[in-house]
Amino acid sequence: MTTITRKPENPTAHLTPEDIEQIGIELDAIRQDVIDSRGESDAAYIRRIVNIQRRLELASRATLLVSVFPPAWVAGTVGLSVAKILENMEIGHNVMHGQWDWMRDPKIHSTTWEWDNASTAEGWKHSHNEVHHTYTNIVGKDNDLGYGIMRVDEDQRWHPMYLGQPLWNFINACFFEYGIAAYDLELGKNLSMPKEKRSETFKRNAKNTLRKIRKQATKDYVVNPALALPTGSFLPTLAANFTANLVRNVWSHSVIMCGHFPEGVETFEKKSIPENETRGEWYLRQMLGSANISGSKLMHLMTGNLSHQIEHHLFPDLPSNRYAEVAPKVKALFEKYGLNYHEAPLPQQVASAWHKVVRLSLPNGWLETTTPANAPQQLALLWTMATGDRRTRRAAQARLEQLARRQRTEVAAAA
Amino acid sequence: MTTAAAPLTPGGGRTLRSALRRFAESAVTPLELDDVLDVFHPLRAGAELRGRIVQVLPETDESVTIVLKPGRDWAGHVPGQYVRVGVDVEGVRLWRTYSLTHGPRPDGCISITVKAIPGGVVSNHLVHRARKGQMLQLAQAEGEFVLPQPLPRKLLLVTGGSGITPVIGMLRNLHSKAVAPATDIVLVHVNASESAAIFRGELRALHASGRISLVERFDDTHGVLDVALLAELVPDLDERLTYACGPAGLLDALEQHHADRGLELTTERFRPVVITPADGEGGGTVTLTGSTGGGTEIELDATTPILDAAEQAGVLMPSGCRMGICMACVLPMREGAVRDLRNGALTVAVPGETGPQGVPIQTCISTAAGACSIDH
Repeated sequence: MTTITRKPENPTAHLTPEDIEQIGIELDAIRQDVIDSRGESDAAYIRRIVNIQRRLELASRATLLVSVFPPAWVAGTVGLSVAKILENMEIGHNVMHGQWDWMRDPKIHSTTWEWDNASTAEGWKHSHNEVHHTYTNIVGKDNDLGYGIMRVDEDQRWHPMYLGQPLWNFINACFFEYGIAAYDLELGKNLSMPKEKRSETFKRNAKNTLRKIRKQATKDYVVNPALALPTGSFLPTLAANFTANLVRNVWSHSVIMCGHFPEGVETFEKKSIPENETRGEWYLRQMLGSANISGSKLMHLMTGNLSHQIEHHLFPDLPSNRYAEVAPKVKALFEKYGLNYHEAPLPQQVASAWHKVVRLSLPNGWLETTTPANAPQQLALLWTMATGDRRTRRAAQARLEQLARRQRTEVAAAA
Repeated sequence: MTTAAAPLTPGGGRTLRSALRRFAESAVTPLELDDVLDVFHPLRAGAELRGRIVQVLPETDESVTIVLKPGRDWAGHVPGQYVRVGVDVEGVRLWRTYSLTHGPRPDGCISITVKAIPGGVVSNHLVHRARKGQMLQLAQAEGEFVLPQPLPRKLLLVTGGSGITPVIGMLRNLHSKAVAPATDIVLVHVNASESAAIFRGELRALHASGRISLVERFDDTHGVLDVALLAELVPDLDERLTYACGPAGLLDALEQHHADRGLELTTERFRPVVITPADGEGGGTVTLTGSTGGGTEIELDATTPILDAAEQAGVLMPSGCRMGICMACVLPMREGAVRDLRNGALTVAVPGETGPQGVPIQTCISTAAGACSIDH
C-alpha cells in the first residue's frame, strides 16, 4: 500500500472541508442514537455472554480432567479454545474499551477488568486504546501496522531481511499473545537501548508483564495439568491448553490482520495529519483505515464484533452488540460521500492480508512482474538483490520498477 | 503445592484455607475465585453482599414491599436502620437507601418498602418492575434512628408518607415479641390521602388491639398538618420522647416546635444531599480530594476539560488519547456533576446514591457542571 497522500488519486480528493465536518456531525448523531437507547437488554447481553463464557471454560476444564480419553480431549480443547476466544474478543477487548462502563458495574468495567492474555490490561489499554485507536494507520505511529517488525508500505525501503516476514508473521500469529505483550512494552526499542537508560515506567511494566505471563503459564501449563494427574491426564491437559492458546492466538491474529491490513485499506503519513485534527478528519481516517468481515451472527460474536471493524473504529466505546445495527447507517454514509466501505468474507480478507504481507516482503514490483515463464530470471534477480550490496539493490530495483511500469502501460493499451 | 506443608499452628486452619484459596486462584487467574463462585452461588459467605428478591407485595397503588434473601454475610440490623441498595435501572447501577421494614425475621429475610415518587428513577423501577428472583446489591445496615434501650415509658412517633418505613420496622419488632412492651406508643401518621397511606390496615389492627394509639391525618381531608396543633392531637406530648421521619418540611417544622417547647426529638431525613447541576453556560469548581490532588481546587469554565485544567494547575493527571476513546484518564467522581463536552450529557454523583466508589468519569471530555469532587 502507499500512504494516501502519495497516491496518484487520493480517494478523499472530492471531499471539501465542509463535507468532512458534516460527516463528523452525522456520525456523532449515529453514536448519540445508540447512547440514547442503551439499556437493560444491552446489560443483559454482556452479562449473559460473561456467564456463558465462564460456564463454558469451567466445563471444558472439568472435561479435560479426564482428557486421557480422546473424546474428552477433543471436547475439552474445542470448548476451551472457544472460551478463550470469547474472553479475549467479545468480552475482554470490549470491556477494556469502556464499552460497558455506562453500566456502573465495578465487575464489568474498563478500570477493573483483567483478561486471559499475556499482556496486562494496563499495557493493552495504552498501546491499543490510546495509541492504535488515536493514531490508526499512521505509518510510524501505529504499531498495529506490522508491529514494528514488518514492511507494511511500499515507501519503506526494501531490505533482504524482509524476505523472512511471511515466516515472522506466521510465528507471530502462533504466539500472538506474547507478540502483543512485547509490543505493548515497546520491547524492541527498549531492549536496544542500554539498561541504565530504560525508563522506570518500562521497568515497572516489564515486571508486571512477566508476573502476568508467569501466572498465565502456571495456570495453563502447571496447575490445570496437575489437577488432571489422578486420571493420568497431565500431558493431555497440557497439550489441550497449549492447543487452545494456539487456536486463540491464530484466530485473533487473523481477525486483527483483517481489520487494517487487507489490500485497499488506506494508510496515512505522519506529516499529513494536521496538528489539530478535527473530529471530522479523525472520523474520516477511521473510515478509510479499517476493513470489515462479512458473515453470520456467530462470526460477529467470535470476532468480538471486530468484524464490524469500521464501526468499532468510529465508535470504540459503543457496546459491541450494537455495531450490527449501526453498520447499515454507516454504510449509507460511505455511499453518500463516495467512499469505499471495505467489506469481504473472512477467507477473502485473510488471503488479501497475507497477499500483502508476501508482496511487501519482496522488492516493489517483483511479484507484479513475475510470471511462470520468467520465474527463473526473476528468482536470479531476487538472489542478486538479496545478496548484493546497496548499490546493486538500487540498480535492480530501478530495473524492476521500469519493467512494472512498462507492463502496466501494455495492459492499459490492450484494454 | 504448598498446602501439605502448611504449619498446623493455632492459626493453622486459616493458613491451610488461604493456601487452598491461593491454589484455586492460580487455577482460574486472571479471574478471582469469587468471580467463579459467583456464577453458582452469589449469596454465599465471602461474596460481595447481594440479596435475591423472594417476594414483592403490593402495599398501595404506588408502593410495594420487597422481601429479600440477603447474602450469608448480612450482619443483621436494628429496626429503624436503613440499607443501601444497588439497583440496575435500564442497565445502569444506581444506589438508594431504604429503611428496613421488619425487625430481624425468623426466615433470615429482610424487607424494604418503596413508594414510587414522581420522577424517581429507582423507586418507580422497584415499584413497577421488581420481580421475584431478581438480584439487588446491598450494603450492611446503617443508621442511628433506633429506639433507645431500655425503652421510655411513653413514646411519640410522627411519620409523613414513606417516613413510616423505619417506624413500621420498630413496631413490628416490638409486637412480635412474646411479652408485649410496657411502653405507651402514640403514632401520628400523616399522608396525602387515605389511599396513599402505607401499612394502614396493619396499623389500624395494632390500634384496635390496643397496642398503639394511631392518629391518622390526611392532607386531603384534614388539611396539611400544622405542628402547632400536635399538642391537641397528643395531650401528653411533653411526657413523650419523640421520633420522627418524613419530608423535610415536616421535620423542619417539628424541630422548631420541639426546640421551642424544650422537648427532645430524634429525626431521620431521606435524601440529605441534593445536587443541582449548573446549566450549559456555567462551569464550576473541581476539588481533587485524593493524595495526588491534595485538595487542589480548580475553577472551570463550561468549555475546558477537567484534565486540561488540572494539568494547568500543576497536578499530574492520568491521560491518554484526549478525545474520549481510550479510558486512560478515568477517575472516580465522589460528588457533584460533570457535563460531557461532546454531547452535553450530564453525569451526577450523589454520595449514598451512586456506588460506594463514586462514579468513574472521563476527565478529558468532561467539564464541571457545578461543584464536584474527584478522587485523585
